[in-house]
Amino acid sequence: MAAIFQGVGAAAALSSSPSNSFDSKKFVFSPCRSFSVRKGASFAVVRSDGRVNLNPKGRRAQQLISNAVATKSDSAAASSSSKPGHELLLFEALQEGLEEEMERDPRVCVMGEDVGHYGGSYKVTKGLAKKFGDLRVLDTPIAENSFTGMGIGAAMTGLRPVVEGMNMGFLLLAFNQISNNCGMLHYTSGGQFTIPIVIRGPGGVGRQLGAEHSQRLESYFQSIPGIQMVACSTPYNAKGLMKAAIRSENPVIFFEHVLLYNLKERIPDEDYICNLEEAEMVRPGEHVTILTYSRMRYHVMQAAKTLVNKGYDPEVIDIRSLKPFDLYTIGNSVKKTHRVLIVEECMRTGGIGASLIAAITENFNDYLDASIMCLSSQDVPTPYAGTLEEVTVVQPAQIVTAVEQLCQ
Amino acid sequence: MNSASCAAKISTQPFSLNPTSPTSHDNPLVFPKPTSLFLGSTRKIRLSSSSKLNLHRRSGTVVAVSDVVKQKKSKSTPSLLITKEEGLELFEDMILGRAFEDMCAQMYYRGKMFGFVHLYNGQEAVSTGFIKLLKQQDSVVSTYRDHVHALSKGVPARAVMSELFGKTTGCCRGQGGSMHMFSREHNLLGGFAFIGEGIPVATGAAFTSKYKREILKEADCDHVTLAFFGDGTCNNGQFFECLNMAALWKLPIVFVVENNLWAIGMSHLRATSDPQIYKKGPAFGMPGIHVDGMDVLKVREVAKEAIGRARRGEGPTLVECETYRFRGHSLADPDELRDPAEKAYYAARDPITALKKYLIENSLASEADLKAIDRKIDEVVEDAVEFADESPVPSRSQLLENVFADPKGFGIGPDGRYRCEDPKFTEGTAHV
Repeated sequence: MAAIFQGVGAAAALSSSPSNSFDSKKFVFSPCRSFSVRKGASFAVVRSDGRVNLNPKGRRAQQLISNAVATKSDSAAASSSSKPGHELLLFEALQEGLEEEMERDPRVCVMGEDVGHYGGSYKVTKGLAKKFGDLRVLDTPIAENSFTGMGIGAAMTGLRPVVEGMNMGFLLLAFNQISNNCGMLHYTSGGQFTIPIVIRGPGGVGRQLGAEHSQRLESYFQSIPGIQMVACSTPYNAKGLMKAAIRSENPVIFFEHVLLYNLKERIPDEDYICNLEEAEMVRPGEHVTILTYSRMRYHVMQAAKTLVNKGYDPEVIDIRSLKPFDLYTIGNSVKKTHRVLIVEECMRTGGIGASLIAAITENFNDYLDASIMCLSSQDVPTPYAGTLEEVTVVQPAQIVTAVEQLCQ
Repeated sequence: MNSASCAAKISTQPFSLNPTSPTSHDNPLVFPKPTSLFLGSTRKIRLSSSSKLNLHRRSGTVVAVSDVVKQKKSKSTPSLLITKEEGLELFEDMILGRAFEDMCAQMYYRGKMFGFVHLYNGQEAVSTGFIKLLKQQDSVVSTYRDHVHALSKGVPARAVMSELFGKTTGCCRGQGGSMHMFSREHNLLGGFAFIGEGIPVATGAAFTSKYKREILKEADCDHVTLAFFGDGTCNNGQFFECLNMAALWKLPIVFVVENNLWAIGMSHLRATSDPQIYKKGPAFGMPGIHVDGMDVLKVREVAKEAIGRARRGEGPTLVECETYRFRGHSLADPDELRDPAEKAYYAARDPITALKKYLIENSLASEADLKAIDRKIDEVVEDAVEFADESPVPSRSQLLENVFADPKGFGIGPDGRYRCEDPKFTEGTAHV
């Protein structure tokens, strides 16, 4: 549930100027740590260092996103290569990734409702049916369980299907196939059959879509053994993760968010993929580690603006890989900042945050100076009314308050 | 249909059929009205001929509801349906299925295998009749009652028995068990524990076949998929959804219903508004055929048609095989609900006995030939048990293998390396 914090007195005591905003008294209990004061640190423009790690086995793809919420004014050296790259929206980035993979490998095909002639309910598959034909971009009848199972059968017999759930929530109907066949078949067949399937779709809380269209299935799927889950959040990682997911031999559930499809960013022209198992460092910092994914990344970055003004230096990590967790990136951050705040959109009960808390506590308990804080959506069916919906998910103000409390 | 009245009527009706007669019954009241020993609707009176043990007739034994499958006219001189080689092959396959399942029961009660084991005794004609017509590249998808489908498809008895014993030499390395028989080599795509969940997988395999032909331009790809499932599954959504998709895209698949009338303790009639499953085919635009599933030659004739249709790209077929399981649903089922008279009726129609009779009466094989096959199969099954007994059990290190095709899926550990790079990881000594 979203923790509502009262205004903390200490926060008010801080001066608003960034350069001397750090009161060392706040960190008196950890003298051994040194932290650097970020002089004149302005929020959010983190220049990319120009290196692209295309090797899927490479551990540290040092991709620093040029801006968290990409707007035209902020796009500095966004591209990570000598070429200028091209600008597009997130759904176009997904489409580009799909199209490139379909060109590269004729076994890649798409199945789902309205993916063909209609171009996809969020236009991710627009134009693909015209280019690749009705069989490769298959418009299915409304039978999620069966066409997901069909995708699995096709994957077992040599194809590489990308199955779209028109809304992630509809995949609840496909749970039988996703859990039993997608996740387990490789194991129960003793490794004989692989299931290189990608199951993707838009999820998350949108704008007053109602409870059933506002679901976050990542918490339901996370226990299924044998699958990987990734959540994209920028056009850059959307395309990169899509390509990596299609090329992966494992079944991957690919979470998109309904409200992020129109994000604009400049991405490289050349071929690149994002590592499926790695998290993304959005904003390096010293005081607190904020772990987030998907849409909440933007709420976090918005809160970060405020936090920086108040003198905090949050480290923001977009975990991207919901299953498995990138414990290296996360661990290094915890070892540096010793405080963790998780900001997620799924429910508190049994959510990704809950699993993250367990993983961090098990692995890095000694490095923590405070209990891990987790801000999740309220455990309610998402109401229709805009005012109620707003307080169902975590808002930037709550994040600010939480960091202030954590850093006391 | 009121099953209580059916049952009552069954017990009071005199049995008018002579189970030992090899020729056609002169008494048309094999299915006394208004109920029948088949416990199905009497609306399919036309199909009473399918119950006859007369294996000579080519026609009248298969009735299709749609026009697509034409009625074969019987020729004036009845020709044989099979050659000697084919006959012996069918016989051997059915004997293997029967002997293997009987041995499973023995082994289960001796504590060599555990869990849910579902035996196929009595239904061998369906497996043999269909699968023996397939090529190796054709696919078979089954349910939890899959041992005999695996054997018919060519999976060695040793591999199946080992799998049942949970040994590493099993076809799935001991990780699947009775209900999850898979073989990449023989294109057996499972083995599914939940009913109905294999049908979409079969549809997907058929989709791949079509995709290979049309997109990947493998022009000679005419691989067919068979999906086997029971009467209970025919009330499940996945069944109908896949009938729709298969017919819509003309997928090369045959849906084979093994209607043995019982879903554990639920009679088909008590669960189904219209118990004639074959009629559901034409509702989706494919032919629906009902066949006597206790007669391997009839099943084979129908299978030829259906598989041929699929291979030629004409689309799917729904085949309902009227069959019966001689044992309970599983080895844990006390099988108390089924009427002993019903069991006796079907026991008298044992497909193996029927084929044996056919072979001998048509001089396709001698008693000695068949006995030799019996002995051979006994040896095969004994050898399978020995092999399974002597095979090693999986070691602890096998636990984490095969969870992911690409073990990078286990993620990156705190030290920055992929967990799978740790050589001790799959041994389970590394922290999971």
